[in-house]
This record gives sequence, structure tokens and C-alpha cells, in this order.
Amino acid sequence: MLPGILGRKIGMTHLFDEEGRLIPVTVIQAGPVYVTQVKTVESDGYDAVQVGFEECKSRRLTHPSAGHLKKAGVGPLKVLRELRGKINAAPGEKFTVEIFSVGDKVKVVGTSKGKGFAGAVKRHHFRGQHMTHGYMTHRRPLSSGATGPARVFKGSRRPGHMGDVKTTQPGARVVQIDAERNLILLSGSVPGAAGGLVQILKTGSK
Amino acid sequence: MSKNAILESVVEASKKNEIPRISPGDTVKVHVRVREGGKERLQLFEGIVLANKHGGIQQSITVRKISHGVGVERTFPLHSPMIAKIELIRKGKVRRAKLYYLREKVGKEARVEEAR
Repeated sequence: MLPGILGRKIGMTHLFDEEGRLIPVTVIQAGPVYVTQVKTVESDGYDAVQVGFEECKSRRLTHPSAGHLKKAGVGPLKVLRELRGKINAAPGEKFTVEIFSVGDKVKVVGTSKGKGFAGAVKRHHFRGQHMTHGYMTHRRPLSSGATGPARVFKGSRRPGHMGDVKTTQPGARVVQIDAERNLILLSGSVPGAAGGLVQILKTGSK
Repeated sequence: MSKNAILESVVEASKKNEIPRISPGDTVKVHVRVREGGKERLQLFEGIVLANKHGGIQQSITVRKISHGVGVERTFPLHSPMIAKIELIRKGKVRRAKLYYLREKVGKEARVEEAR
């Protein structure tokens, strides 16, 4: 059984639960994934399972990856990802959203939305300056440090590129599973834009 | 199937299907599930619909009644499982989509003519 699955974010909506609370949910089209390679400590130095997701045309694959998938005995797949840990699975095996059950706690790994070159207020939650009362600066980072070292320390919080990084968001719960259409509904939000690739991973106990 | 169509179908599946067409001015009786000390019972709320808001799963109605001389308004999310049933008692004839003017009226003026 796999500890997680790959999927594409469809978008958000909301549903009533049985107590009448309107809960926000993210719809993810997840799986089926196929095991393409099983890595072990002996052969690779660590335990993991490589899974493939999303069927594609065979002419879209490079020859090396086509050969790799052929070895596993699966059709052409667009995305390959590794799930770490000692997992009982064999190459070619197929897994669907049914590895999860309603109520499972999961974490979601995705790529956050890119914000471009962002200022210190947006990027690091600096407070900025007054908008009024004659202030001529509004959202500048101001002082970058003392005059003593005569340089800016590395790692100082400054403006720069924000977003578009791998993001893990724990604490989601499985609300609904639609095995027929490979849909899984998670409570709350999920990193990234609609259409983005996400990994849904089981966490701890229920 | 497009992303929006999938979202739409997910919401559609969790909507109730037997909700009567309710418009502002109608008199309705709403059966609300109330949980008290582990027990569940039905509570009735009967009054005039002032507003019908939103669409889809968020659709809600505002119902106003006069209880012991005090105006009481409640907003019910129509697709909530807490709403057991909605009965249409009487169709009203009104010329507004939102009947908030009824709040200012008392007695005979606060009536709504019946539609035929």
C-alpha cells in the first residue's frame, strides 16, 4: 500500500457536512498511479517507491524514459515521482484514490503560486511606513543593519522572488472520495494554482 | 471534462433535490433540525420570505415573522442538512426582489397580497 498519491488540483468549492457546517474543500483529480520502480537500501542506498502518473502519448517520451517504463511494464506516463519509505509494492502495480478513506489526515505537497519579485512587506510581512502624515516612503525595507560590520549579513530578509517553491501543507482531512472519477476532496486549501501537480501523503493517526 | 464542470458536478451531487421554488413574498414553513442533549427534534418557523439569496449550494432565504409582538428574522441555508423540510404555505404577489421595507411596516401594512 502506498503512503500517498499524485494528483492535479482542480479547484475549490464548499460542501455541507452532516452537522450543517459549510466546509471549504479542494477537489483533486488523483491517480491512478503505477509503480515504476522499487528502490531499496541495498541497491540505491535508500528505500523508496517511484510512481508514474498521467498517461500520455508514447511519442512524447524520450527513449530512455520509455525504456524505463517498459521495464516496469506500464504504459507511457508523463510524471514520475518518488515516495520515500519502505513500501510493499511491486513494479507495474496500480493504485487509485481508494488507498485513502474518508476522515484520513493527510499533508499535501505542491508548488506554491509564483508572486514574482515581491517587496519586503509582502514577502516577509514587514510593517512598512505610514501611508499618510507626510511620509515619503511607504513600503521600503529601510535599515538593512548597523554601520559596524559595514555590510549586510547573508540571509537578511530583503525583497526578492517569492512563491513558486515546493510547499508542504499539513493538516488536511479527506472529506469525500469518488473512485469512479478518481476524485478526492480535501478540507481546506492546497498549495499552488488549479491544474498544478500535488502529492497527497498520509500522516500519522486519524 | 473541464475543471469547472468537475467542480460543478461535485457540488451538484451534494445538493438537495426536493426544494420547492420559493420567491420573496411567499409564506413558508421551515422544519429545522434541533439537537438538544443528544436528542434531535424538529422546530418550525413560519413567516414571509424577505429575500432569496445566492445560487447553488449557498442558496438561502430570509424568513420574517412576528413573534409575541417582536419581529424575528432567520436566514436558512436551503441545502443544509439541518433543514429537514420547507413547505410553501402561500404564494405572495410582490413587486420587489427584496422585501426589506416590510421591517418598517406594522399591522395591516405589513401584509403581502396573495398571488393567483
